[in-house]
Amino acid sequence: MATQTAPLPLTEPSRRPATAVLHEWITTVDHKKIGLMYIGYALLFLVVGGVEAMLMRIQLIRPENHFLSPLVFNQLFTMHGTTMIFFVAMPVLFGFGNYLVPLMIGARDMAFPRLNAFSFWVSVFAGFLLYFSYIGGNGLYGGGGAPDVGWWAYAPLTSKVFSPGHSSDYWTLSILLAGIGSIGTAINIIATVVSMRCRGMTAYRMPLLVWLYAVMSGLVLVAISPLTAAQIMLLLDRYLGSHFFDTQAGGSAVLWMHYFWIFGHPEVYVLILPVFAFMNEIVPVFSRKAIFGYPAMVAASVGIGFVSVSVWAHHMFTVGMTSAGNTFFVLASMVIAVPTGIKIFNWLGTIWGGKVQFRVPMMFSIGFLFQFLIAGLTGIMLAVAPFDWQLNNSYFVVAHFHYVIVGGILFSLFAAFYYWYPKMTGRMMSERLGKWHFWLFLIGFHATFDPMHFVGLDGMVRRTFTYPMDRGWGHLNAVISIGAFIQAIATLVFVYNLVHSYFKGAPAGPDPWDAWTLEWSTQSPPPAYNFAVAPTVESRRPLWDLKHPEDPDTLYE
Amino acid sequence: MSLETIVSSTLSPHMLSAFAGFVLPPGSTSIFNPAGTPAHSIFSLSMLVLSITGGVFVVVGGLLLYALLRYRHRTNDPGSNEEPQQIYGSTQIELSWTVIPVLIVVMLFLATARIIFATQDAPKPQNALDVTVVGHQFWWEFRYPKFGVVTANELHIPASDAQTHTPAYLSMISADTDHSFWVPRLAGKTDVIPNRVNTMWIDADTPGLYLGQCAQYCGLEHAKMLLRVYAQTPADFAAWVAHQQQPALEDPSVAEGRAVFEHNACISCHTVRGTVATGTFGPDLTHLASRDTIASGSVPLTRDNLHEFIANPASFKPGVLMPPMHLNDHDLDLVTDYLMTLK
Repeated sequence: MATQTAPLPLTEPSRRPATAVLHEWITTVDHKKIGLMYIGYALLFLVVGGVEAMLMRIQLIRPENHFLSPLVFNQLFTMHGTTMIFFVAMPVLFGFGNYLVPLMIGARDMAFPRLNAFSFWVSVFAGFLLYFSYIGGNGLYGGGGAPDVGWWAYAPLTSKVFSPGHSSDYWTLSILLAGIGSIGTAINIIATVVSMRCRGMTAYRMPLLVWLYAVMSGLVLVAISPLTAAQIMLLLDRYLGSHFFDTQAGGSAVLWMHYFWIFGHPEVYVLILPVFAFMNEIVPVFSRKAIFGYPAMVAASVGIGFVSVSVWAHHMFTVGMTSAGNTFFVLASMVIAVPTGIKIFNWLGTIWGGKVQFRVPMMFSIGFLFQFLIAGLTGIMLAVAPFDWQLNNSYFVVAHFHYVIVGGILFSLFAAFYYWYPKMTGRMMSERLGKWHFWLFLIGFHATFDPMHFVGLDGMVRRTFTYPMDRGWGHLNAVISIGAFIQAIATLVFVYNLVHSYFKGAPAGPDPWDAWTLEWSTQSPPPAYNFAVAPTVESRRPLWDLKHPEDPDTLYE
Repeated sequence: MSLETIVSSTLSPHMLSAFAGFVLPPGSTSIFNPAGTPAHSIFSLSMLVLSITGGVFVVVGGLLLYALLRYRHRTNDPGSNEEPQQIYGSTQIELSWTVIPVLIVVMLFLATARIIFATQDAPKPQNALDVTVVGHQFWWEFRYPKFGVVTANELHIPASDAQTHTPAYLSMISADTDHSFWVPRLAGKTDVIPNRVNTMWIDADTPGLYLGQCAQYCGLEHAKMLLRVYAQTPADFAAWVAHQQQPALEDPSVAEGRAVFEHNACISCHTVRGTVATGTFGPDLTHLASRDTIASGSVPLTRDNLHEFIANPASFKPGVLMPPMHLNDHDLDLVTDYLMTLK
């Protein structure tokens, strides 16, 4: 049975030499410490990627601006995209997964702790390798060596002919290494979920977060492999004389696109599934109701995982596929909207009839719900291939995917931070600062990404370092740029809240939110061994059963 | 009457343009301002899609908003400390909100498939104009194989009218990296890819100038690879073709400038038909002065701009593949004057 242990008194930690602390963290195999390191690493790159975005938005604040040269701009959008996907979103999600999955299944650690540490450190190396390109590459017109080929690195722009020097190689190698780290963590999560659940926790009693991380990990294994293969082929082209993608010698540019997007589309589902996971845990707690339709949520999650590998060429509607080919991918892309919509409806069903508490995690979750709804709808619009023939590579697409990634994923991540920070540190984050963070970020987000849809509909093309004066896009671009600054300020408030609360936040206790899953049954922060006694569960919400012995979930499952 | 037509005539394009006009001036590149058959059919389809997605947003968003307000925790209610009734699901409700989206998807899919096939597999009429488009870093080459005309960056096509539909069929390939041909008011875009020929067709309802640009990141000056499509009446188009078919005009007053041009490396990259210049790496200059712009649409063609471009192409487009020619001022003036006579 899960027990509520008495909280440890918050005393000053005894002073240890800094080298001992550093050594402990560098050599740790504890999933909680590795999780926290992933999260800290991702936050660092979030700031870096954000600065890259702001520099671009200064350049674009008015037409024919000369703040940045074309080369620097092109490097920035390449680095911004690569950083945000591979060195912010993936690590932060793996970080939360690492921290939470063992705790939520009542386990002591992940299945393979040393693989866990290896995966983390190889990812760290990959990130720093990419950024080393700014000073380490050569051959790019004096602008340093950072890659400037876009985060999809389309062939033949990446061939030796069009990308001399080593800038593209930094992109290729760093992503290849990051992919190895991701595969390691994915294997670890699957093995942990399959074999380390506590007694009584059948698959249908696992928290939805655990289900979603398992599906996400399966998707990582399927998706990263083609990317790694393509990158090896690219290196062979560049250095050993092969011609896979070398169109001047009969190779195929479209082949690279297929390889990349077979990775790239499941990748975005890799990013969104853990976000669904957070919402599945947070929305019920702040609505004070069990998740509506657990079996449907499981089915939808698994369904999304499977269908997501069949939609990739909706990124290629304009490359000249046959009408039959285009039509197939339209159908698949629309089909995936059905389970995704079901999830939104089930969250609605969870809130309905509940008692909604507007604490900061819930505020961010509500932002997620509306914004993800809009993002999904613009996605359906883009799935209509003829509509995409107009809007592909315009700012409409940029608006769509930022709505998903910032409006959906980042908002949900903020919710997850405020929700699980007390468990990780033993302190509550400041509610007041959290509300400032929320409102500022909401305003900045909408100021930036709402107008972006309109300039896209008006014909503005993406990945352009400037735009003509006579198109009338200057005012909206100015608003977009100002919104970026507001988001930056909001992020600073958030970072300050994280740091300040660590020292001055109210003590949290084991269960500050009155929640129902196993992680809330142990101390905050949990001891190294997680649970003093391995728990036994009899339902999906073991703590609900403890708190409501007269009406336990076991009666309804 | 198709579903799209019903919807699009209800939600009149004027409404949307008017709204867009609030936010943006009349769109010279707006997809909601169609002026060609493919753009029109995409517009109708997009009206259908927007109505459906808009409807879904209003319904679902409205329900969410309602639920959040109606079921908010009120601390002054009696029983506010009790948990609400736990409801774990409802098969009927969940089934209905699965079936209804499936039906919407089926309907949307069928409407979409129809437009895909109608556009991509449209039978090619006898009177269609054939144009070969070659994408370069960072300019467009246009060849009219049946007329023996080669030009750059400014595409001329005959406009359709109520009686005759005259599409231009574009066969497109790239000479280097990936590009994409996008003129929003006329049609959706099709990528221009090396080692692969893609075809698309455009037509224009009315004579006029239609703007666009390269829509696939192709390198340093992707942002400045603009497109200009001139739709002309059939008579004007025929006159334009006839003029373009002529070899370069010979104006004896610029003979010295012509000599400078022909004795420098210019001729290795550029063609001036009827002279020794037969290079194909850069744009065909035979009728350069008949064009409105240079640097792929990014600056107007004036003597001053041309002068500056020849002296240092990077001043307009850093990273453009034409090197600075290092001519002395005298030769530079002569060459510029010569090129300005190539109407």
